[in-house]
Amino acid sequence: MKVIVCLGNVPDTTTKIKFVDDNKAFDTTGVQWIINPWDELALTRAMELKEDSKNTVDTVTVITVGLKEAEPTIRKALAIGADDAIRIDADPKDAYYVAFQLAEVLKKEDFDFVFSGIESSDFNGAAVGGMLAEFLDLPSVSAVSSLQMDGSAVNLTRDIDGGREVISIQTPFVAIVQKGIAIEPRIPAMRGIMMARKKPLNVVEPAEQEVLTGFTSFELPKSKPPCKMIDPENVKELVDLLQNEANVL
Amino acid sequence: MAVIVFAENWDGKFKKLSFELVSYGSKVAGMLNTSNVILSIGDVENEELNKLGDYGADKIIKVQHEKLKNLDNKAYTSVIAQVAEKEGASVLLLSHNNTGKALAPRLSVKLKAGLGSALIQLPASVKPFTVCKKVFSGKAFAYITIKSDIKILTLMQNSFESVLSQNNATIESFSPELDEGIIKTEVTDVQKQTGKIILTDAEIIVSGGRGMRSPENWGPLEELAELLGAATACSRPVSDEEWRPHSEHVGQTGKIIAPNLYIACGISGAIQHLAGVSSSKYIVAINEDNEAPIFEAADYGIVGDVHKVLPELIKSIKEFKSEN
Repeated sequence: MKVIVCLGNVPDTTTKIKFVDDNKAFDTTGVQWIINPWDELALTRAMELKEDSKNTVDTVTVITVGLKEAEPTIRKALAIGADDAIRIDADPKDAYYVAFQLAEVLKKEDFDFVFSGIESSDFNGAAVGGMLAEFLDLPSVSAVSSLQMDGSAVNLTRDIDGGREVISIQTPFVAIVQKGIAIEPRIPAMRGIMMARKKPLNVVEPAEQEVLTGFTSFELPKSKPPCKMIDPENVKELVDLLQNEANVL
Repeated sequence: MAVIVFAENWDGKFKKLSFELVSYGSKVAGMLNTSNVILSIGDVENEELNKLGDYGADKIIKVQHEKLKNLDNKAYTSVIAQVAEKEGASVLLLSHNNTGKALAPRLSVKLKAGLGSALIQLPASVKPFTVCKKVFSGKAFAYITIKSDIKILTLMQNSFESVLSQNNATIESFSPELDEGIIKTEVTDVQKQTGKIILTDAEIIVSGGRGMRSPENWGPLEELAELLGAATACSRPVSDEEWRPHSEHVGQTGKIIAPNLYIACGISGAIQHLAGVSSSKYIVAINEDNEAPIFEAADYGIVGDVHKVLPELIKSIKEFKSEN
């Protein structure tokens, strides 16, 4: 079985966000790039499935849409354990464009299922996985917090408002995953880092595709008024404020 | 032309987010000078459907089908697309909840329609069609222009006030065509929380962090939540340590919430935590470290031992409740 894991290359979650070019572009100066946190959990689960001899997963391929700057992130995924990688050499303009490029390549690949993180921590679109499934005309299950295999039968757990559903599905499919699919992302070991240098990283040219959306400008949130401090000996004051000032009780 | 709102139901009932969506749809329809058409899939009584009229629905399309008892993304996408085509949709609106996140991207591809997701306010303009969303997990806002003829929007829960607007909505039924074999998923088990307030629906949330020190200390936090009719939540270290279930984890990789009041007990406020809670209208922080970053995000703060402050807070809330 072959599992595809889609990767996003995103700024580290502790990055101080700034904009340049009259607030029209994100300032990438000094930014550390990481694997999108949900994609990292997906990759972790893919590795667990491969390592468990009860399963038939033998290959984990990571795929991303990004320029050459995205390669350290891809190498990290290879160091975590992916067997090979595909980089589609294009600027990831919007979710539709990214999903289209992924689909164009994956149409030619033989795979059993695709993992895609539920959203990216930069633009929070929550879109690529579902779009990819539609481009590939495959079933998709979103908000997946567990994937269990029993031979070729796959059970996915999906979060719903106030509960969970277990879904039985046949390959091929796209699983759009969230936390729970794995708990702690795997960290590359030294041996993995050494091996990653020799693993195949195939670069492919993007296909022609228009974009449907465009960022026009960015804005930072207005600074909020300072926190009103309340004496711990006088908690009643907090209740008064919540009642009369905030009106939330 | 029409604005089409997909109104999900929960066991045949709508909830607050449904009315927020219908109200939002009504405003957008006004901006575009068109009608606000609501699509309901599943078994919902007309009496319940009529409630949507009270929030500005012009027409309600009801779809009932044996194959649509459970959410199958391909089948639902096909049905919504059929309705969008039939009605000549210019805007398609869904919630940015799990269901909306599952369907909106598929619809975007199916209808070749640009997607503006996780919106927090009305479109800034309709010509060009520009929407505002949070980006970088709440650390900034972006204005996005959607260039396609059809636009798909998803609205964040609790970010748009529902407005009563008496409309006499008409209800009509629609029978979709569903291809044989379109459904490849089968729901084999459902586990529902009972008697607990759903985190993403809660107006008040009481949340605990590592400062609670151990899972045995959650009693007062739960008591406070019960008093306030609130849901309980926790920070990532707490769920990672399995002090609390993962379903309670709020933060960047957990649940993103937007209640009216968020009470953070013993939570230091790491940037990833704030990413999940910064949309709360008011934040109260209780922490013994006066330099904890949570106080920069909070509206009201108490520097003190959470184990001493919580019982005091419970006492004051009880007094307040008995007086009101």
